This record gives sequence, structure tokens and C-alpha cells, in this order.
Amino acid sequence: MGIKAVLTRDFATENLEQLAVYERTGGYSGFKKALEMQPDALVDLVKASGLRGRGGAGFPTGNKWSFLPKGVYPRYLVCNADESEPGCFKDRYLIEESPHQVLEGILIASYAIGCNLAFIYIRGEYLPQTEALERAIEEARQAGYLGRNVLGKGYDIDVILHRGAGAYICGEETAMLTSLEGYRGEPRLKPPFPAVKGLYGKPTVVNNVETVCNLPHIVLNGAEWFKAMGTPTGAGTRLWCMSGHINRPGNYEMENGTPIRELIEEHGGGVWKNRKLKAFQPGGASMMVLLPEHLDVGLDFDAIAKAGSLAGAGAMVVMDETTCMVDAARRYVKFFEHESCGKCTPCREGTYWMANIFDRFEGGDAKPGDIDLLLDIGYNIDGRSFCPLGDASTWFPRSVIKFFRDEFQEHISQKGCPFKKALQEAVA
Amino acid sequence: MPLAKPTVAQIQELAARYPSKQSAIIPALWAVQHEQGYVSDEAMGEIAQHLGLPPSLIEATASFYSMFLTRPEGRHDVVICVNAPCMLRGADEMAAYLERQLGVRDGQTTADGAITWHSTIECLGACGGAPMMQVDHRFEENLTPERIDAIVQGLRKEPAPHGAEPKRTARPRVKKAQS
Repeated sequence: MGIKAVLTRDFATENLEQLAVYERTGGYSGFKKALEMQPDALVDLVKASGLRGRGGAGFPTGNKWSFLPKGVYPRYLVCNADESEPGCFKDRYLIEESPHQVLEGILIASYAIGCNLAFIYIRGEYLPQTEALERAIEEARQAGYLGRNVLGKGYDIDVILHRGAGAYICGEETAMLTSLEGYRGEPRLKPPFPAVKGLYGKPTVVNNVETVCNLPHIVLNGAEWFKAMGTPTGAGTRLWCMSGHINRPGNYEMENGTPIRELIEEHGGGVWKNRKLKAFQPGGASMMVLLPEHLDVGLDFDAIAKAGSLAGAGAMVVMDETTCMVDAARRYVKFFEHESCGKCTPCREGTYWMANIFDRFEGGDAKPGDIDLLLDIGYNIDGRSFCPLGDASTWFPRSVIKFFRDEFQEHISQKGCPFKKALQEAVA
Repeated sequence: MPLAKPTVAQIQELAARYPSKQSAIIPALWAVQHEQGYVSDEAMGEIAQHLGLPPSLIEATASFYSMFLTRPEGRHDVVICVNAPCMLRGADEMAAYLERQLGVRDGQTTADGAITWHSTIECLGACGGAPMMQVDHRFEENLTPERIDAIVQGLRKEPAPHGAEPKRTARPRVKKAQS
């Protein structure tokens, strides 16, 4: 347990973003080995490794691959680099430090599922990262890792780098495919799942950046090696993005199952300014708040779910004792209001309504019934929209009401934010 | 203003690259914004023509994505994140400072036409360096009033990042410290 550098193993190497340097660290030997294998054997290997998707849902990657209907071509791979979850900045780091590792993972996944044209959908704000991938693709093409008849093995693969333009919703896989087809990024109803009817109506696999980065290592070292790390249902490592009231924010690659306490107190250097921990949020804006009593929970999909939250995309937002939980929830709700694509009424209208109520709390106009009204709206959004954006907009605020209802009461009785008042008095 | 020849060539190349020419809409909008700084109705009409698609499709897509500007703005675009992870590290104070220094409100352009600024609730993916802002296409992290002053001063002198010739920005800054 603890820090375990697998994906980040060579990140201290100077110029790792260059092909020759990446190759010297063993780069592309995973892809070369994969090309010697039968695609089905690769799918079985990834299934046996227990690798689960790192984008947020934690779905087993090998299973996702095996859902593609037999004999239907062309089929597509889309690498999801639309990282937009508030609190997350790991895919950016993986791309900046080692764009070839991302590309090698994409090539392995493409070969395994029989895809000849893969896409990388990267968020529009990541321009330097887009350019890093562009250079990597060009270098790999020159070296014969992609193109026609790759390394003389008779396999053709091309990669198109597609830049988004500022829409959180496009990180949701069906919205991403709609966006990639050139439309407004609205999600589609599932089923049919992308594996059956995805991009251009063809079988499609969508895998996150961090997920594909694991593939070269699994191919080289085997399923048993991978399964030996982490927990029985959560093999391997994950990158955790630490932010908020922490002494050392940044990305930390941790073996799954390591206690959250170790990440926050040891590696993150603890809560800043010698203050006490009030709450933290694993998984980013979407996920439910946890309390200091949950510090011994392991960094693992299932353990965090059991504790009442979700590991999501691997963010760890730390909040100290001076944090106004109502304002924190207000920011996230406003975020979801801003990012709701507008397709489903419960999400479009519900997030707008919740944002207005939160403004009333911070502005001193909240009424006694407003807490229950928030819960009622939350209940009526959750599970009633096409995609998880609507659901997720309610999880953090509802969990905050559950644990910090008294703070909402104080906002009503004091006609405004008690934390801001305390701050103003301290300054005066 | 009609599109420059290299932009038109780029749009045609994009249309051929994807399995469906409609997929070239977003990259084409990027190419136009890169050249002209924003996407006018006229430019959307031109994209439609080059892709052989109805103009309504181009506008339907362009209006969905927040990074496409449909009217001209200042030479530089400054966006400061005020979502929760940044808020926890003082983003509100930095936004207020930026507003005072620029002398114009959220969403407005400075009198000299140099800078359009706005705050955003959309996380930009730099929570580890909060508070942060996006200046044109680079991230400025760990903001302080002094850093904001230096950045703003620099921007007032710098030309706009967009122009007729396709241009590459600098290589990304690569942090070597393993965190």
C-alpha cells in the first residue's frame, strides 16, 4: 500500500515526451508484444487483470471490450481525454508527462478490439496538451507505430485527435460520440450501448486516458502482476488529484486500498495552516462529501462506495474547518446548472432552481422551507434524466444537507453566511 | 471578412479526414476562430459552404460550445475559475483583485481593447495550482496579486494570439518534480 509508481514510474526522466526517450524506458515494447498476440487473447488478458475503467464508473475494461458484436466492422475506439470534473487534473498530467504512454495504450486497445481508426477526444481548454499529443502522434507515425501495416504485422491503425470546445457534458460517453459526430453534445439513451451502436452507429469502445495508460504495463507484466496490486475488486493503482485546503496539492499515484488518511496526512502534508479537517470529497464535484471519521477508508471504488460516496474520477478535494459547506455546494450546483446540456427537463430546470435557492442562502434570503425544498428537487432530478449529470448535480448538496444541516439553518437564522461574517469581523 | 486561403484549405482537408464530413464542424470552427479571433455568421456560412452542410447545422453546433466566441472580444482572453476547489484557495479574492485592476466588470473588455475577462464556474483542470486563470490558451497557476499585475502588464503589450497564419504556441511547460 502507499505510493506506487506504475504509470508515473518514469516521469522524472528528462524529455520523456520524446519518442526516443520513451522507447529507452521500455516504451512501445508493450505494443510490440501485443502485436504478437491474438486480439482475443489480449481481451482475455485485460479481463483477467481486473482493470476497471478510471474515468469514474469503474466498469471492467476487458468486459467492455468483449461486448462488441462479432463480425460488425468498422468499429471505433475513442479515448476520453475530456477531463472536466471539478477537482480532476490527472489526465492532463499523464498527457503532459508522457503522451506516448497514452498513445501506446490506445494502440493496444485498438488492436485488441479490431479497430483501425481511433479517436482522442480532448477538452478544448487543454491546448498545450493537444499539441503534445499531436507531436507524439506524428513521431509515432514516422517510426511506423501507426499507419498502414504497422511494424510489418499487417495491422492498420490511424488516430485522429479531436479537440472539444468547452462542454463538461461531452465527457459522458454518449454525449462525446454525439459531439464527435459534429452535433451539440447531448447524451443518448442507453441501450443501445456504444459497444453495439456507437460512433456513426458502429460498435465503439470509450476508454479513459488513465485506463489506456495501464495497458502497456499489463501486457508486459501480466495479469497476475497487476492483480497483485490493490484490492481483490480494485486491482492496480490510481492517480489521485489533491486540491483544496491541503499543504501539498498535486497528483499522487497510490496503490488501490491505501487509507485516505495516508494520502491526505502523509503525502499531501495534512490540512494547511494547521487547521482541522472538516470534510473531504473523493471523486470530484459529483461525489458525496465524507467526514474525518471516514479517513481510514481505503482508496478503492468499492470501499468508498461502502462509505457512502464514490471514487469517481479520482479527485480529492480537502476542506478545512473554516469552509462554508453551503457555499461549496452552491459552487458545484452552479457548475451543473452551467453545464447541463438542456436536453432533459429535470436536470435543466432542477439545477437552475437549486442554484437560485443556494443563492438565497448565501444572500440571506433563504426561508425555513428551503432546505426541504432542495431535498425535494434533488429527489426529483436523481434518476430522472438521460445521463448521470443530472443525478450527480444532487449528490453533493444532498450529502451536505445530511451532514451539515445546521449550517443551512444558521444561514437562515443569521440572514446570510456565518463564515463570511466571521471572516469580516476577524479582518475588522 | 472572407476566410483566408490556408483556413479554407484546412477545412477541406478536415472534411476528407473524418468518416463523416459533419465531424469536421468543430475543428473547422476552431480553424476559423484561430484565424479571426471569433466566429461570425458570415464565417459560419462559409464553413457550411465548404462542408456542403446547411448553415443552421454549423450554428447549432457553434452555439452549444462555450469556447466558441460569436462576437469580437479583446485581444486577450482572461478566464478565472471560481469553482469550489479554486474558491477554497482564494479564487474569489483573486477575481475581485483582477476586476479592480482591469477596471471593468465580469464579461467586459478593457478600454484599450487589450483584455476581455470573465470568471467561470467551469473547472479548467488546474485545481492543484489553485487559484488559477486561463490566459488565452495557457494556464497561470498559484495566483497572487503580484502575479496578476505582472500578467496583465505583459498582456497589454502583447499582440493577439490569433492571426491569419496557422501558428503554434510554445511547447507545454513540463514539470519535472514527481508528485
